Amino acid sequence: MPPVAPRSGDAIFASVERVNAELFTLTYGAIVRQLLTDLEEVEEVNKQLDQMGYNIGIRLIDEFLAKSNVSRCVDFKETAEVIAKVGFKMFLGVTATVTNWDAEGTTCSLVLEDNPLVDFVELPDTCQGLYYCNVLSGVIRGALEMVSMKTEVTWIRDMLRGDDAFEMQVKLVKQVPEEYPYKDDE
Amino acid sequence: MAAIYSLYIINKSGGLIFYKDYGSAGRMDTNDSLRLASLWHSMHAISQQLSPVPSCSGIELLQADTFDLHCFQSLTGTKFFVVCEPGTLHMEALLKHFYELYTDFVLKNPFYEMEMPIRCELFDISLALAVQKDRVALLGR
Repeated sequence: MPPVAPRSGDAIFASVERVNAELFTLTYGAIVRQLLTDLEEVEEVNKQLDQMGYNIGIRLIDEFLAKSNVSRCVDFKETAEVIAKVGFKMFLGVTATVTNWDAEGTTCSLVLEDNPLVDFVELPDTCQGLYYCNVLSGVIRGALEMVSMKTEVTWIRDMLRGDDAFEMQVKLVKQVPEEYPYKDDE
Repeated sequence: MAAIYSLYIINKSGGLIFYKDYGSAGRMDTNDSLRLASLWHSMHAISQQLSPVPSCSGIELLQADTFDLHCFQSLTGTKFFVVCEPGTLHMEALLKHFYELYTDFVLKNPFYEMEMPIRCELFDISLALAVQKDRVALLGR
């Protein structure tokens, strides 16, 4: 049977059931507010958001693979493009751009001009260290870990802190392919 | 009529997380099914090493006298395989459909723990429906 062609982000986004964007923004806002109330420390909230994102990412990756029919990426550059064009489009309805590749091709930036999580959001002075969208960095880290890539994802630019766009730096730390442990027992 | 005998789902470490019989032939008890799943996991891994062609993704089809075994491995390492009547067609498409049902009814269930045995009733129901539909479609072909 010939392999099925990978689907574009737009095609998948059009075919899945969608939810009201404001409900999504409100729900996420409620989560962040509740975390701030419960944990009080901004750093703790950042960590929790990342952990929640990680738990989402490890499950989301299978849905992404099932719906998009992408085949194994040849290199990390292809991985980043697929995340930016198909992944973000499929789940958030927006596309990201990939920029700032380093010399080895293991670090890049994903730039989001449009971000549905932050519609109508302004950060007060008391929450200045907060990475409001930290769930996104956890999602990417979790999803890539399930396909054998250990990554570190950090925020470079954040519109809620006055920058002009959202920029995440994704750094490939290690490729850890599942290997059959032939010699482990000895 | 060509039909599915059973469906197995193995997690990335080789443990059986789901086993369902759809036909009466070859029904197995829990221990046997667990053993079979680990055997298959190992064979699948060994086949990747044995392959004369580089970047082999493992066994996709095993044909025997009395059954065919179709296997699908996702890029996350989860394997779905069906044992069916010899010559059954369109099993790869059915396996992909099962994968989608898994991503919906199992992974989106917040109370399901990753890599653990699947105990999701909605998943059972939707699988049974998919198998039923496949049988009906087959009768129509």
